Amino acid sequence: MAPTPPDDHASDRRNLDWYVDRGMRWIVTVGGVSAIVFIIGIFAFVTREGFPFLFDGFEAGEFFGSPAWRPTSEPNPTYGALALIAGTASVTGLAVLSAVPFSLGAAIYIAEFATGRTREVLKVLVELLAAIPSVVWGFIGLSMMNPLIIAIFDVPVGLNVLNAGLILGLMAAPIMTTIAEDALKAVPDAYREAGEAMGATRWQVTMRVVLPAAKNGLMAAVLLGVGRGFGETMAVLMASGHSINLPTSPFDSVRALTATIAAELGETAVGSEHYQALFTLGMLLFAVTFSINLAADLFVRGVRRG
Amino acid sequence: MFEARPINRQNQTIERIWRGVFLAMTLVLVIPVLVILGVLVVRGGPMISWAFLTTEPTNGMTEGGVLPALLGTIALVLVALIASVPVGVAAAVYLSEYAADNWLTRTINLAIINLAGVPSIVHALFGLGAFVLFFQFGTSILAASLTLAVMALPVVIVSTRESLQAVPMAFREACWNMGATRWQTIRTVVLPNSISGILTGVILEVSRTAGETAPIMFTGAAFFLPFLPQSVYDQTMALSLHLFVISTQVPGVPDGLPYGVALVLVGIVLLMNSVSIAFRTWLRGRKKW
Repeated sequence: MAPTPPDDHASDRRNLDWYVDRGMRWIVTVGGVSAIVFIIGIFAFVTREGFPFLFDGFEAGEFFGSPAWRPTSEPNPTYGALALIAGTASVTGLAVLSAVPFSLGAAIYIAEFATGRTREVLKVLVELLAAIPSVVWGFIGLSMMNPLIIAIFDVPVGLNVLNAGLILGLMAAPIMTTIAEDALKAVPDAYREAGEAMGATRWQVTMRVVLPAAKNGLMAAVLLGVGRGFGETMAVLMASGHSINLPTSPFDSVRALTATIAAELGETAVGSEHYQALFTLGMLLFAVTFSINLAADLFVRGVRRG
Repeated sequence: MFEARPINRQNQTIERIWRGVFLAMTLVLVIPVLVILGVLVVRGGPMISWAFLTTEPTNGMTEGGVLPALLGTIALVLVALIASVPVGVAAAVYLSEYAADNWLTRTINLAIINLAGVPSIVHALFGLGAFVLFFQFGTSILAASLTLAVMALPVVIVSTRESLQAVPMAFREACWNMGATRWQTIRTVVLPNSISGILTGVILEVSRTAGETAPIMFTGAAFFLPFLPQSVYDQTMALSLHLFVISTQVPGVPDGLPYGVALVLVGIVLLMNSVSIAFRTWLRGRKKW
């Protein structure tokens, strides 16, 4: 008989050890449940501060339909988030477009082609890419990318969708690469061996066998990369130009949802309409990232079942 | 019988081409890191001196060193560690050693994934609403660190759970068979065999937490403070916010100064990361099972 944990059969000796065991079980359960408490807490506290605005100053038509975000204009402040949503969408979109092919390519190279030391070195470099703090990325956008974009494209300002998009792409790439690589590694080696035994080259095996088998995990990797770009704050604040615009070209400056909160929250009085409006933006961010993570989780689960 | 036919040679060429393409894609991702680090070292390196690390910013933050910001970052990270490591390890022990495959476990896992995905600025809003206002800690090291702790929690939980699960089941079974309780098994067998893996995760957490900016902006980090914080109820400067402030908010900052601050910050983060990676590699080589 396989050994079993002593929970059941030890219950007849209720000595000190038994009580300590019960106590510790209770403590670690509280630790586990705390994760749920915190995620509900985040939802509750952000909603609590933003809620009054939803009933008072908030109009869905204006919020989602107007680009006029003028919270400080007197006497009629307007809270149109369309330009902010467009700003976030354009920057995240460019980031994903630029990062997805390279991240998936890098994941394929690291998981399927690289061996031994090369693989270890590449993995460490990807990890270092992930480690650079977001404010440093913002500084890089400001001090390195900005003059570079001005010089290459001959535009007056280099803080724009292109700048922030490329920076965000570099930030999202390591996450996508790591998760995509995990998804590729989760494909059983027997699949590869069967392919190679039929005379297929490694490239053929990768394209026809490994990628189709890992497609859910790859999808999850892309989604989590989107989530990362969507929620990024400091880098976007510093590299996007931070001016309210409905962008028509990659050289337009834009302003993101996250950056708006970061830039304006410090100047608002607690409980004012502007303050509540910023928390409402926070609720929108929370809702979108929550959906993205949920979707990614469903994809990953698909992998496990398949 | 087995010589290469034209179709084989063609396939091999395709294979070589694609291998090259994938390698190039990988290099597109990793070369920028090396370039960025290079530029930071070349331009920020001359700024770094003992005086830079041990004096205060002067003259409207356009001269002087980074001492209060450096100490502030260390304080914020330490308090965040004290708050998040016990909770994170407990959660990981529950998930790895106790949790059955039921709805509660699935909900906890989902909560962890979402906690890791919540944007940092939303964590900031939470910290402001919960710790600064509701629990009335004010804008303080305590409020900022607790906000960072909630953010770092998924990192600690996931890495600790992994190292706990790496301990072979047979170790536990041997211990149970001697009549030990579940907790005795965890304390004497599972934790000692995974402690170095847990430490690796904690070091990784330090590196992540030290670089965060948005969550501390409104909860406890100040643009400029002429004195050092005396208790966890004081505000503090922080390296990350200091870099943001001097590169966007303060006029007349000499070119090299933000590079110097960025280099100190990246230095701390990458040092911690490298320690964590080296530790992990060393552990992998030493594993006896």
